[in-house]
Amino acid sequence: MRAAIVVFPGSNRDADVARALTQAGAEVVKVWHADTELPAGTDLAVLPGGFSYGDYLRCGAIAGRAAAMDAVRAHAARGGLVLGICNGFQILCESGLLPGVLMRNVDRRFICHRQLLRVERADTRFTTAYAKDQVIDVCVAHGEGNYFADADTIARLEGDGRVAFRYCDASGALTVDANRNGSLNSIAGIYSEKLNVLGLMPHPENFVEDLVGGTDGRGLFASLAA
Amino acid sequence: MKARIIVTLKTGVLDPQGKAIEAALTSFGLSGVDGVRQGKVFDVELAGDDRAAAEATLKAACEKLLANTVVENYAIEIL
Repeated sequence: MRAAIVVFPGSNRDADVARALTQAGAEVVKVWHADTELPAGTDLAVLPGGFSYGDYLRCGAIAGRAAAMDAVRAHAARGGLVLGICNGFQILCESGLLPGVLMRNVDRRFICHRQLLRVERADTRFTTAYAKDQVIDVCVAHGEGNYFADADTIARLEGDGRVAFRYCDASGALTVDANRNGSLNSIAGIYSEKLNVLGLMPHPENFVEDLVGGTDGRGLFASLAA
Repeated sequence: MKARIIVTLKTGVLDPQGKAIEAALTSFGLSGVDGVRQGKVFDVELAGDDRAAAEATLKAACEKLLANTVVENYAIEIL
């Protein structure tokens, strides 16, 4: 598994995701946003969390049009894997690789806390190390994570099994309290049509060591590196 | 040539900032405010004086970057 992490001005979680991938056994290289190609042999392109371009205009809007994103788009079109976390998910939506948009959290607050997620399916390249309906403990840190799309898009995502993770309580129930940012259908992450692109707001890369609170995030990187 | 682009949220899209502003106005004791929606204004300077070309450039700017047409509408005004 060769992973290329695209670094934008204002990315700040690139080192964390690099560490999580390396721990899982992947080889990691970094790519600058102005680069026009991904390194040869790239299996996975990663868009890390952070505040690319200071969130100017809209979160992920300017990064979504960066030169490196043309290379990521071409990689995805060839069936290559793409993972966008937090700001990376916002960039995927802004670049057209995933549908919908991440709006301001419903209560207008930046949220930063531990978060339980329900794994909606365990048969994709990102989730084989988890079980379907498993509840995992990771965390969230964002101001704009309120997933929104028109009714037709939501129906298509649900009908095609493209919801990857949902905000839930300890029993796996989708409560209003668990869905702090107000996302439609408690959506925390979605897949592209061919299931090779995943975007999610929570940070699985935060929870890969007992030392910092948990290891439930490891499954995502272990699935990718398997 | 100068132009102004106004980007607004589409009807039905939740606007937490607009709601907060509305609540603040109401808290000042201002009556008669029924709703607030927050948008963006871009003032653009354009080279040349070809109006049609300017409109095409501005439309491309809106579609490519300035508006997210999933949730936003835009209006172009050449001043």
